[in-house]
Amino acid sequence: MNVTETDIRLPIVAALTEDLDTGFVALFDAYRDVVFSAALRLCGRWADAEDLTAEAFLRAYRALAGYEPQRIESLRPRPWLMTILANLWRNTARSAARHPPPAPLEAAPEAADPAEPAEQVAERSETGRELAALLDELTEEQRLAIVLRHVVDLPIAEIATVLGAPEGTVKSHISRGLKRLRVLYPGRNDEHR
Amino acid sequence: MSTVESHGPDPFDQDDSLIADLGALTAGAPAGLLERVAARWVRVDAAIGGVYVAMTDQGVAYLRAGQDQEEFAASFRGRFARPLLPGGGPPPALVRALRTGRTGGLHLDLRGLRPFEEAVLRAAATIPRGEIRPYAWIAERIGRPKAVRAVGTALGRNPVPLLIPCHRVTRSDGRIGQYVFGAPAKEHLLRTEQVNLDEVGTLAAKNVYFVGSDTTGVVCFPSCRDARRITPAHRQGFRTLAQAESAGYRPCRHCRPGGAPA
Repeated sequence: MNVTETDIRLPIVAALTEDLDTGFVALFDAYRDVVFSAALRLCGRWADAEDLTAEAFLRAYRALAGYEPQRIESLRPRPWLMTILANLWRNTARSAARHPPPAPLEAAPEAADPAEPAEQVAERSETGRELAALLDELTEEQRLAIVLRHVVDLPIAEIATVLGAPEGTVKSHISRGLKRLRVLYPGRNDEHR
Repeated sequence: MSTVESHGPDPFDQDDSLIADLGALTAGAPAGLLERVAARWVRVDAAIGGVYVAMTDQGVAYLRAGQDQEEFAASFRGRFARPLLPGGGPPPALVRALRTGRTGGLHLDLRGLRPFEEAVLRAAATIPRGEIRPYAWIAERIGRPKAVRAVGTALGRNPVPLLIPCHRVTRSDGRIGQYVFGAPAKEHLLRTEQVNLDEVGTLAAKNVYFVGSDTTGVVCFPSCRDARRITPAHRQGFRTLAQAESAGYRPCRHCRPGGAPA
């Protein structure tokens, strides 16, 4: 457990124990960016990421409402929230695979994400958009491990909790995923800036 | 995400553009995301005193009278399982709806309801101020004529009384029936809205549940604004709609006795 997460964690757990709804706002404010970033890079679309993040926090609230005080006191919010998010994402991804949306008349893989705010689009580089799209080429577990490790910077131990797998397995998912991305992603290595 | 959080050398954190570019794929959560999760409460004055109202980003989800703030919060959470946070001022459309009964511009969040319950409430919402309809009328309107008892149950679960005027649904026998906030509040509301409750009761005592005009040949519920305009000389009472129809009367297009769909 790294120092920063521990420092954030304690006042939030204290607030949750004191008053669930006030504590929930503290939890949301502390983790909304990390949960949203992970959601966005898992599902790949801005509007879906908003849905996924809202649903994950709602489920978190409903779970907390049923927890005993001791369970809240021992809560490690970040891997716990990420586990809720990961389960939601896997379930929605699987039901989407079972019920694929009708194919668009014209394939438009480069089209901008319609729900993404304009300033966000302006900030993000073309290479970023390309790399984000390449995450689709990974297996579910590779994508999850790489997004958690390299996009939102979780330590391996927390990712192991989220994946419910040993750290060695997590490292192997990351390693294989990175290897696949290196093949597909020219990145900035070819550029001479 | 700062690199301060990293702990020791990691064989995967090679100093290359792929890792750096992955790290640049973070995005700030959009504003307003908390409103997708939590509801906000406000207190507003209504005809039956102060009420607490909970609103989501979709609209008004819950309204209760006769509770203090803690009781309201507890009953909201028990029913909706969402966080409930203090809101700012009530939206003008809500204040107007509770003061005048005009619900234009007011959005309701009815997501927690079953389709049957929602159909019942949408039918109840069509009853104009100053008029009442029987439970059986709602059942007819939604195409479930035998589900009269279930209509009563669904109205009792109305999450937004006053805004959806379930108090305007009464018993077929002329009595006013039950209400989420109690029968006395129901009677008070109906009298405030100038429903002719006494006349409805007097007619019911004579087994009259429909009133027709022998000049227009139209038959109404006794609380219908058209029925109340019929002069005594031309007023004909009926026990059933079938009796009125066999006497040559047609159902009123405003109050729709018989529950004909709109």
